[in-house]
Amino acid sequence: MKKIFSLCLILLFAGGIYAQQKPQKVPPVDLKTMDGKAFNTKDIKNDGKPIVISFWATWCGPCKKELNGISENFDDWVKQTGVKLYAVSIDDSRNSSKVAPYVNGQGWDYTVLLDENSDLKRAMNVNNVPHTFVLNAAGEIVWQNNNYTEGSEAKLLEILKKVAKGEKIE
Amino acid sequence: MIAQNSGTNLGEIHGNFQMDMQYYNPDSTIKAPPVPEKTGMNGFLNLNYTRDKFSAGLRYESYLSALQGFDPRYKGSGILYRYVSYTSDELQVTVGSFYEQFGNGLILRAYEDRGLGYDNALEGLRVKLHPYKGIYIKGVYGLQRSFMTYGPGTVRGVDAEINFNELFEKLTNKKTNVILGGGFVSKFQADAGTGAYIVPQNVGAWAERLNIHRGKVNIQAEYAYKINDPSFTNGYIYKPGEALFVSASYSQKGFGFSLSGKRIDNMDFRSDRSASLNNLEINYLPCLTRQYTYSMLTFYPDATQNTGEIGYQAEMTYKIKKGTLLGGEYGANVLINFATVSGLDTNRLNPASDSARKGYSNKSYFGFGQKYFEDFNIEIDKKLSQHCKLIAIYSYQTYNKAVLQGEPSDHTIYSQIGVADIVYRFTDTLSIRFELEHLYTKQDMGAWASGLVEFTVAPKWFVAASDQWNYGNADPTARIHYYNGTIGYIRKTNRYQISYGKQRAGIYCVGGVCRTVPASNGLTLTLISSF
Repeated sequence: MKKIFSLCLILLFAGGIYAQQKPQKVPPVDLKTMDGKAFNTKDIKNDGKPIVISFWATWCGPCKKELNGISENFDDWVKQTGVKLYAVSIDDSRNSSKVAPYVNGQGWDYTVLLDENSDLKRAMNVNNVPHTFVLNAAGEIVWQNNNYTEGSEAKLLEILKKVAKGEKIE
Repeated sequence: MIAQNSGTNLGEIHGNFQMDMQYYNPDSTIKAPPVPEKTGMNGFLNLNYTRDKFSAGLRYESYLSALQGFDPRYKGSGILYRYVSYTSDELQVTVGSFYEQFGNGLILRAYEDRGLGYDNALEGLRVKLHPYKGIYIKGVYGLQRSFMTYGPGTVRGVDAEINFNELFEKLTNKKTNVILGGGFVSKFQADAGTGAYIVPQNVGAWAERLNIHRGKVNIQAEYAYKINDPSFTNGYIYKPGEALFVSASYSQKGFGFSLSGKRIDNMDFRSDRSASLNNLEINYLPCLTRQYTYSMLTFYPDATQNTGEIGYQAEMTYKIKKGTLLGGEYGANVLINFATVSGLDTNRLNPASDSARKGYSNKSYFGFGQKYFEDFNIEIDKKLSQHCKLIAIYSYQTYNKAVLQGEPSDHTIYSQIGVADIVYRFTDTLSIRFELEHLYTKQDMGAWASGLVEFTVAPKWFVAASDQWNYGNADPTARIHYYNGTIGYIRKTNRYQISYGKQRAGIYCVGGVCRTVPASNGLTLTLISSF
C-alpha cells in the first residue's frame, strides 16, 4: 500500500517535470492574525499592486534588522509603488503572544500574520528565516531572497518599482 | 516551475533541499566521542505539487549516518513524509503525513524542526471543515512518527473554534472580538499486561481556550486536562494532568507590554507510555522565557519540565523617539524582559500509604516550589550613525542544573552575560559585523569570552571567524578555545557553506540567516536550496 502511494506521487511529479518555467503562486494555508482570527493566504491581495511576503521571527536578528530597515522609509515605498507587506511570523506559542507588542512597539505598518506551526513556511519551501518573496499584480512570485545583508532594502525597493510598472524581473 | 502542455494546466512543482555533511576530527580535549565512520551526513529534499484544489508532496530524508548530536535512531534513508490533499472553501482533506496544532498545542501539536532532529508528524487522515462563517472544525486520526518508523499508539483528536464576531452579523463591527475554542485528543495503546501495573489503554485529554481582543488589548487563556496516564516519564503514577497558559498584552505605536503565565502539572503526553526524550510527544508545552540566538545567552538554556512547573514572564518594549536626549539622531529601541520558572509546591506521598499511586499532592495550587530558571534581561538597539548599528544585551540568569540537566549532585548556576553586536557598513555592498560576548559565573566551568567577526560582500559572499574561550575554568588544562571559521556563497536561493572548527549546538545567525545547527568538531559542508 505504502509503495503504491509513493509510486502515485512519483508519477505525479514526473508529470510535472515536463514543465515550462512559470512563476509560483502562494498556496492556500490557514494562518492567524495578531488578534487570533483565522486568515487564509488566498486572501493575500493588493488590488494589482506589488506584494511582499517576509518570513521572520521575534528571535531572528537579521529578520528584525530587515523589517526595521524597511519600516524607516515604508511610507515612501507605499507612495512610490503601492506595496503591501505581509510579515509572516513563524514564532510558535512560546513567543506568538509577544509578536503584537513587538510589532506595535516598533510601529510597523505591515499586515502581520502568525504561522505558529510553520505550515506556510513548509508550503512555500522556506528553509530558514529571513526569507522574502515579491509578488506581482497577478499574485505570482517574481523574486525571492533568503538572507539579509546590510543595505539590501535598496535592492528590494528597486525590484518593487519594476513590479509596480509591470516590468519583468530577471 | 509550472507544468503546461498546450494550454492544459498540469500544476506546479516546488521544493527545497538541505544537506549537512561533517568530517570529524578526533578530539580528546572536548571529550568528543570517537566516530568510526569519520563522517556523518543529514540531508533531505521536499517536493510540493499543486494544481488548483489539489496538492501532494513528499520528503526524502537521509541519515548516513546521522550527524553527532542527533538521535542515532535516525538511521538510513527513505520517504517518511508524503501526503495528498484536496482543498475547497469549506473542506480540506489530507491523507498521508501532516503537521497540526490545536490551540497553543497543550493537547496536540505535530511539528518538525529538522535542524534539531525533531519530527512527530501524524500519519493518517485529517479533515478541516469551515461549514459556516466563524466556525472552524478540525479532526485528525493517525499514528505518530518515531524517527524512521511509527509509534505503537493511535492518536485521535477533534478541535473546534467559534469566532463570535464572524458568526453573528450584529457583532461584525463591534470593537471587542471574542474567539472560543476547544479540543479533545485521545490515544490508544494496548496494555500488553507484562508491566507491574494495570494501565489505561485509552487516555483522553481536553482543552478549552478563549481569546478576547479589544483595540490595544489582547487576552488569551487556555486550560487543558488529561486523565490518569501512568508512563515512564511520570514514574507510572495515576495522577491526572493539567496545564494552564494565559497571556495578556497591551500595545500602541512605540510601546508594547506583555505578561504571561503558565502552570503545568503532570502533563507529559505521549503515544507510547514507555517513550522518553523527544520521542512520540503528542502535545507541546512551551517555555515562557526569552528565546535567544547569541551563544553565551543560551549557554544555560531553559527547558519545560513536562512533569510540573509554574512560572511567568513580563516583557516591555519601548521606542525612544528621534531627537530626544536618549534617542539621539536616530532613536533607539529598548526591551526589558523578566521570566521565572519554579517547580510546583508539592508533597511527595509515602508509597506505603499511597494506595491509589498518585505520586504526590499539591500543597497549594499556585504555589512556587524550588526555582528552576530565572532571567532578567535588557536590550538596547540603536543606530549610531548612517553606517553603524548596535545591539547591546545584559542578562542575569539563574539555572538549576540539577533539574534542567538531571544531574542530582550539581548546584544552581548564577551567570551574568553581556553581548554587543555591532555592524558597520562601508559601502552598499561591504559590511563588517562584530559579536562580542562575555559570560561570568563562579560556578560550573567559570567565565567565557566569545568573539565573532563577519565580513559580508553583499549579496553573494560572507566570511566569519569566531572563538569561544573558557578562560575562567578553575582547571587550567580545561581553558579551551573553540575556534570556528565559515565561508559562504549565496546565489539566488542557493547557499553553499564550509565551516571548520568546533561549534556548540544552537541557533546561529550568520550570513544573514538564522539556522538551528548541531554541535560540530571538524569540517562541515552545507548546501541549502529552495526552488
